[in-house]
Amino acid sequence: MSFERYDELAALVPPEIVTHSYVQDIPLPDGAGVLALITLDNDLDHTKPTTLGPRTLIEFGRTLEGLKERAARGEISAVALTGKPYFLVAGADLSTVKSVRSEHLGRLMAELGHEAYDLLADLGVPSFAFINGVALGGGLEIALAANYRTVSSGASGIGLPEAFIGLVPGWGGVYRLPRLIGPANAVKVMIENPLSNNRSLDGTAAYGLGIADALFEPADFIEQSLLWAARVLTGGEGDAVGQRRAELARSDDDAWAGAVAAGRAFVEAKTSNAAPAPARVLDLLEAGLTLSQKESAAAECTALAELMQTPAFHATVYAFLDLVQKRGKRPAGAPDRKLARPVTKVGVVGAGLMASQLALLFARQLKVPVVLTDIDQARVDKGVGYVHAEIDRMLDRKRLSQDAANRTRALVTGSVSKDVFADADFVIEAVFEELSVKKQVFAEVEAVVSAECILATNTSSLSVAEMAADLVHPERVVGFHFFNPVAAMPLLEVVRAPRTDDTVLATAFVLAKGLKKNAVLVQDAPAFVVNRILGRMFGEITAVFDEGTDAETADNALRPLGLPMTPFRLLALVGLPVGQHVQESLHVAFGDRFHVSANQQKLIGAGVKGLWEKQEDGTETVPAQTLALMERGSAPSTAEEVLHRTQDALADEIGRMLDEGVVAAPEDIDLCMIMGAGWPMHLGGITPYLDRVGASERVLGRTFHQA
Amino acid sequence: MSLQTGTPSTGRTSRAARAVRDVVFVDGVRTPFGKAGDKGIYAGMRADDLVVKCIRDLLRRNPSLPPERVDDVAIAATTQTGDQGLTIGRTAALLAGLPRTVPGFAIDRMCAGAMTAVTTTASGIAFGAYDVVIAGGVEHMGNHPMGAGADPNPRFQSERIVDPAALNMGNTAENLHDRFPAITKERADTYAVRSQQKLAAAYEAGSIQPDLVPVAGRKAGSGWTLNTVDEPPRPGTTVEDLASLRTPFRAHGRVTAGNAAGLNDGATAALLASADAAEELGLPVRMRLVAYAFAGVEPEVMGIGPVPATEKALRQAGLEIGDIGLFEINEAFAVQVLSFLDHFGIDDEDPRVNRYGGAIAVGHPLASSGVRLMNQLARQFEEDPEVRYGMTTMCIGLGMGATVIWENPHHEHYGQDAA
Repeated sequence: MSFERYDELAALVPPEIVTHSYVQDIPLPDGAGVLALITLDNDLDHTKPTTLGPRTLIEFGRTLEGLKERAARGEISAVALTGKPYFLVAGADLSTVKSVRSEHLGRLMAELGHEAYDLLADLGVPSFAFINGVALGGGLEIALAANYRTVSSGASGIGLPEAFIGLVPGWGGVYRLPRLIGPANAVKVMIENPLSNNRSLDGTAAYGLGIADALFEPADFIEQSLLWAARVLTGGEGDAVGQRRAELARSDDDAWAGAVAAGRAFVEAKTSNAAPAPARVLDLLEAGLTLSQKESAAAECTALAELMQTPAFHATVYAFLDLVQKRGKRPAGAPDRKLARPVTKVGVVGAGLMASQLALLFARQLKVPVVLTDIDQARVDKGVGYVHAEIDRMLDRKRLSQDAANRTRALVTGSVSKDVFADADFVIEAVFEELSVKKQVFAEVEAVVSAECILATNTSSLSVAEMAADLVHPERVVGFHFFNPVAAMPLLEVVRAPRTDDTVLATAFVLAKGLKKNAVLVQDAPAFVVNRILGRMFGEITAVFDEGTDAETADNALRPLGLPMTPFRLLALVGLPVGQHVQESLHVAFGDRFHVSANQQKLIGAGVKGLWEKQEDGTETVPAQTLALMERGSAPSTAEEVLHRTQDALADEIGRMLDEGVVAAPEDIDLCMIMGAGWPMHLGGITPYLDRVGASERVLGRTFHQA
Repeated sequence: MSLQTGTPSTGRTSRAARAVRDVVFVDGVRTPFGKAGDKGIYAGMRADDLVVKCIRDLLRRNPSLPPERVDDVAIAATTQTGDQGLTIGRTAALLAGLPRTVPGFAIDRMCAGAMTAVTTTASGIAFGAYDVVIAGGVEHMGNHPMGAGADPNPRFQSERIVDPAALNMGNTAENLHDRFPAITKERADTYAVRSQQKLAAAYEAGSIQPDLVPVAGRKAGSGWTLNTVDEPPRPGTTVEDLASLRTPFRAHGRVTAGNAAGLNDGATAALLASADAAEELGLPVRMRLVAYAFAGVEPEVMGIGPVPATEKALRQAGLEIGDIGLFEINEAFAVQVLSFLDHFGIDDEDPRVNRYGGAIAVGHPLASSGVRLMNQLARQFEEDPEVRYGMTTMCIGLGMGATVIWENPHHEHYGQDAA
């Protein structure tokens, strides 16, 4: 066996931060012999996770070859591996993997992992993995290949996220995991968790499932793991490990098939099967039941080699690494954070639902006094009451301690007088979407506050510049556009009006970070980014419906976009009147390319909440009386025509937005839609998708991204 | 949210006349000792982590002790800043995973830190304030070089309260050679070589290893390793080897790196209990505290401190020096041990003294050493039930001595006619 055949792979990929395999001989107590302990370490601090690239795997494999020879000579009685603090290994080096541009090289990469990992199970002496921290993807599979595993109760980030990223756990994980924890739990780890916001396990949960045989606390995890290994080697653990494994892995053919079927249903519900990877994971799991490990390995390598070349994989890496991990954390165009001023008290104008949600968010995350105002005491009481009730709910669910609940409750007060804003550093308005009302509010607030106090607006459609126009200090005004529900949606559109100064903008970005929101800088254009794109999409779907396309076809035509919710269902959730209002303001701003549906206005007039209504048998239909309210044309479109038309509309609108400079780059559009509308990562954001399907070329004569 | 409270202590009322309660040494452990400095086994490690490993191992070794029954955690350190600061007894208790209801504090009496942690908490047990305590010490002399950050009062010098030279322990050892001309460099070196030999023999016999807590350490570029033995010992050292060493404290002096303890990193921890609590909780009794005493001497000859401390402790216990069957005396310097032996008329090679060798061989991480002496005395009690009384004693910077006298529970007359 030799790792020389992989040198071409190492030579082709860009420079890799190598994670080394350092070996130390540890004499074990009780005559258990000498254990060779491999530490996977890239010699960098904990901000730079250890990863697996070709050079890393070749070094690891060669290290194991050497240890196998030492085992044969009788020099060592066991091999164990662990990682530098906080990491076993964080997984494959994605920037390396994404640069593998041929199926041949992809297959080599897949085979390299198998060849190295298989050695762990074939050293001639028992092998152990001490999972001291993050173990994701290939980082967990390396542990699964060992004969025994311990895990630290302080570890977090344990999982197989490949299905999320567009790959499969194809370094043996898909074969070995169900044999340790049973097929149903394997589906949970390989499918459900990755497709649920890429969730992962902590050490205690991983032990509970059977991913590890023993659980130790972090304070002396390495020491206790080594002593446990010694007991295993001398038979001191008896059959305890075997018995526990047998119980946790218990399954039969029916359970296996059932787990696969449940997984497929989950994937359909979550992704509309818009991406290939999750189904491939389940295919491998299904086939693996009757395959040997070697046979499964061959299938895994084929799947990996193919998937590495799919657009979905590259799109997800782009969306996950380049957008969410990088651009999302360092917003393009944000001024130097050193310019920011401290915010020690926040005012919220309005005490409605949005205003109350904002008050709760500011109090909870910034831990500064927040004062709400409204026009009468009843509204104020209702707003403050809402916040206090939400705090009580969090207390009940143990998401807040009693002390933290007391503190947060005390931070939120209300008043009918804006005088309470006098010592605030930041006042945000969330009053009725009417320019004159907002201008008046700002004028009243400005009369009370200091010259430096920032005035923010949560408007979703009005001009921030006009709102600021008549103020003494228009430079203090900034747009701060949240998404509903405020606590859950990560996006914040920070709107720079022409006169907004850098200090104000810097403070807004620092504040957004304090609120744990991902801020994107947008210019002061109607509806900013998310609502404008959603509005254009709604316009197309309601238009084809009004023209005569049936609801089923119109509402499901966008399935390939993998949206979290169909357009009509989303409209019903937002509320038809709100949707209609936004659509009308977009129509006013941009004209006929934003269709305003007369039929929808009729539904609103009749008090209909949404197109679809649930029937007694649980299915959804559009009731006849709803259809009877509307006047529709007789020119239906096919689903394909609707999809095509919407793609073109989106390409057109995004092209215009970039020309207008609403955001700095198409990446910001993608980021906004992923974080503000929950659009899927496997498309890699909307702009690469529109490039791939040819819409940008059709409409604009160019692509958003260079190939 | 409810605060967890420990089980109420047994049978005490505040108004009734008090009886002093017996205090027993249940168990003690330590980390292997390391050499201070960049190449030492604990370079880059934190002192508090070393203590935490000891506390956790103590609890693992005594599974019948519910952790919430620990009434206090006293940890000594000479330099109480950085990783040895922040009230290290409390931080170590929290980091070790003891319930938050268990309090802790920090203690300092320089080299006798851990010994003072033991005597202080033992007094609390005798008084009835505690049932069970953890007492120990730590010194990471690599992270905290001796005297770092000290700011001696200028009055020491201007009013001749302490000779500034006496703040350097090596100087005080040279002063002791001056006072006792009979203690030559050759005697000191011979004693030091014996210390190395006795430790090597104790390792060979497996007397040291049972009370060591393995400590994992990780160095840049080499990965995790496991430290299971002391780093300082130099078995095979000869008198000839030592003869050629420099005398850093005085030209043509007598004190060398070979006949003194080194600069070391390490931690210790012991479990003490009232005799009643030990019985109630099924904890082993390995020694019974008989008496303890501290005494002051001239700072310039601090090494003589164990002599008056021992006389005082013997007086309290109603014992004679001849009643003491085993001595664990800390070997800060060979001359200091020899001055003690000469005073009490004990031979340099008396088999009752430091059977496992001493700090000259194993090292002396200042505030941790007191409990090491106790661990070793407890082992020797087990090995030698003929011995009824033993002593742990040490000298202390700025001119002090500390002595603790213990009774062997394995002795046939244990508990009878208690001293």
